[in-house]
Amino acid sequence: MSTALDLVFEKTRAENRAALIAYIPAGFPSKAGCEKAIKALAEAGVDAIEIGYPYSDPVMDGPTIQEAAEISLKGGTNAADVFSALKVASATGVAAVVMTYWNPIEKYGVSEFAQSIADNGGSGVITPDLTIEESGRWLEAVGKSGINPIYVVAPSTSDARLAQVTSKTGGFVYAASVMGVTGARTNVSVDASALVARVKNTTGLPVSVGLGVSTREQAKQVAAYADGVIVGSAFIKLLLNAKSEQEGLDAISALAKELALGVREGR
Amino acid sequence: MTIQASDVLGHFGQYGGRFVPEALIGALDELEAAHNAAKTDPVFQAELAELHRTYTGRPSIITEAKRFAEHAGGARILLKREDLNHTGSHKINNVLGQALLTKKMGKKRIIAETGAGQHGVASATAAALMGLECVVYMGEEDTRRQALNVARMKLLGAEVVPVTSGSRTLKDAINEAMRDWVTNVATTHYMLGTVAGPHPFPTMVRDFHKIIGEEAREQVLALTGKLPDAVLACVGGGSNAIGIFHAFIPDAGVRLIGLEAGGDGIETGRHAATISGGSAGVLHGTRSYVLQDENGQTIESHSISAGLDYPGVGPEHAYLHDVGRAEYRAVNDDAAMAAFSLLCRTEGIIPAIETAHALAGALVIGNELGPDATLLINLSGRGDKDVQTAADYFGIPL
Repeated sequence: MSTALDLVFEKTRAENRAALIAYIPAGFPSKAGCEKAIKALAEAGVDAIEIGYPYSDPVMDGPTIQEAAEISLKGGTNAADVFSALKVASATGVAAVVMTYWNPIEKYGVSEFAQSIADNGGSGVITPDLTIEESGRWLEAVGKSGINPIYVVAPSTSDARLAQVTSKTGGFVYAASVMGVTGARTNVSVDASALVARVKNTTGLPVSVGLGVSTREQAKQVAAYADGVIVGSAFIKLLLNAKSEQEGLDAISALAKELALGVREGR
Repeated sequence: MTIQASDVLGHFGQYGGRFVPEALIGALDELEAAHNAAKTDPVFQAELAELHRTYTGRPSIITEAKRFAEHAGGARILLKREDLNHTGSHKINNVLGQALLTKKMGKKRIIAETGAGQHGVASATAAALMGLECVVYMGEEDTRRQALNVARMKLLGAEVVPVTSGSRTLKDAINEAMRDWVTNVATTHYMLGTVAGPHPFPTMVRDFHKIIGEEAREQVLALTGKLPDAVLACVGGGSNAIGIFHAFIPDAGVRLIGLEAGGDGIETGRHAATISGGSAGVLHGTRSYVLQDENGQTIESHSISAGLDYPGVGPEHAYLHDVGRAEYRAVNDDAAMAAFSLLCRTEGIIPAIETAHALAGALVIGNELGPDATLLINLSGRGDKDVQTAADYFGIPL
C-alpha cells in the first residue's frame, strides 16, 4: 500500500521535478506557532513536511536546530504534540513524516509510536541515529503500521553499506549532503551529487538531499540530480530572527515559494 | 550465573550496540578493525606495555589502608593506587592505547570530552607525547569547577573548548565532541574517555583498562593468599570500575560493587546514580541505563564530582547489574566528602572526589562484612584537582 509520501514522489516524477520537503520542530516557535508555520509552508507549495521531535541531546544538529529544540522542550513539547502537529500537516494535503532521534521512540513504545504515526496521517519516520543493525523491532513495527522507515546515509557510507541501508528503507533515502551537522551552508558540497548517484545504483527509491540548502539557487542545483530537496535550518533561522510571529510566518512563506520555484527549475 | 561476552555488534545482553548517524559507521568499523588487530599484534602490545612501564608507571602498587580500615568495621582495605599513574588517574591507560591506535589509523588529530578534566589531561598528555593535535570539549560549568585541569591541558598544548549548550557539563561536552567527529571524521579520532558510546568503545576502553584488575588480582593473591571478598570502584561512565572488575568476573565468590554518585540523594532527583535511579534507554550511541523523563528526554545529572556527573553509564555495567554479577549503590555528596576527609587524615592520601564515592562505599560494606573481610578498592585518581572544591566544601579559606 502506498503512503501519501510515496504518492508525492509519483507525482513529482510525473512532473519531472524534485519534491520540496520542509522541516519544522513540533512546538516551535510555540505550539500554536508551529501549526501556523505548517499551514504557511503547505500553502506556499511544499510537497512534504518533516515534523521534528525535539530531543535533549541532538548530536546531529547544528546551533540553529539546537536552539529551536531547546525552545520547544522548554515549552513542554512531548509525543502528543508531535502527533498533533503531524495531524495538522497531513490535513493540509501535504505528505507528513516525523524526524526523531531514537530514544523518544523507544521510551514511547516502538510499535505504539509507529501506529500513532499512521493513526495521525503520517507517512513515515526519519531516524538519523538508528542503525540498521538495531532496527529489528522498528522494521517489524513500521511494517505492521504501513509507514515508511526512512534512513539517512552520508558521503562516508560505503557502497556495500548503502546497499544494506537502502534495502531496509521506504519512502525515500535521505542523503546527507556533507559530513557534518545540520545548518545552512553557502555551498552544498559536490559530495551530494556523487552520493545521490551512488545511492541510485543500489535502489529505485527516490533520493532526497538535506543539510545546507537555503536558497532557490541551491534548490535548483540539487533538484537537477535529486528527487527531493530538504530544507530545515533556513526556515528555523527566519523564525528565530523574526521580530514577531507574523513576520516569521511571512518570511518562511516567501522562502518556501522561492524554493518551490527552485525545485521546478532544476531540469 | 553465566556471564556472556559481548557479541560481534557490541551487545552486552540487551545493552550496547550502535545508535549513531550513518556518517560515523565507517570510522567505527575502522576503529574496531584496528583494535581487533592490535589485540593480537605482539608489536602493538609490546609498545603499549613498554609505555606503561616507562611512562605511566605500571604496575601501580597496592597500599593497605590500616588506619582507614578502623572506620570500616575492621575489614582489610587494600587500595589499588591508580592515582600514582602519570597524570594522576587511571585515564592514562586508555589514552595511551587509543593514541597508538590513532597513529596506526594514520589520523593526526584527536578530540576528547572531559568532565573532571582527568580524561582531558590524559588525552592532552598522550597527544603531546605522540605529536597529535588535540582538542578537548569541556562543559563551561566544569571549566569553572576544574580550572586547574583546564590550565594543565593548555600547558600540554591542547585547545580547550568550553561547551555552553544544555547543562554545560560532561553530557554536553560529549554532544559537542560527537558533532566535531561527524564533521571531521576522516582526519580525526574521537578519544572517548569511558566505557560508554557506540561499539567498539565500551569493549575497547575496557580492554585498555582491564590491566588494573589483572595486576590487582595477582597483587592481592600474593599479599593475602586469597581473592578479595569484594572489589569496589566509583561509577560515572564506569571505566575505572570495569577496569578493576573485569579480571574478577569469573571469580563468582568475589562481590563486585559499583558506587554511583547520589548527589543530594536519589529521592531528591538531584543525583547522577544512573543504574540505581535510572531506566533502560539510549544515550550517546549506546543502549544502557539513562537518567530520563517519561518522554525519553535526558535529565540533567547532579554530583559534587564533575567526573561522575553524567546521566549515562557503560552498557557492560547495565548488563552486569541485570544479570546480578555486580551490585550498584549510590553514595551521596556528603558521605563521599566525609570519606574524602577520612582518607586524607588516616592515610595521608588525598583522593579524587570521584574516588571518594568508592571509599564511602567501603566504609559501609566493611561494616556489613566485618573484620574477616578483605576489600579491594580502586583508588582511581588523586585529589589535587579537587583542592578548590574540597576547600569550599569544608570551609577552608584559600
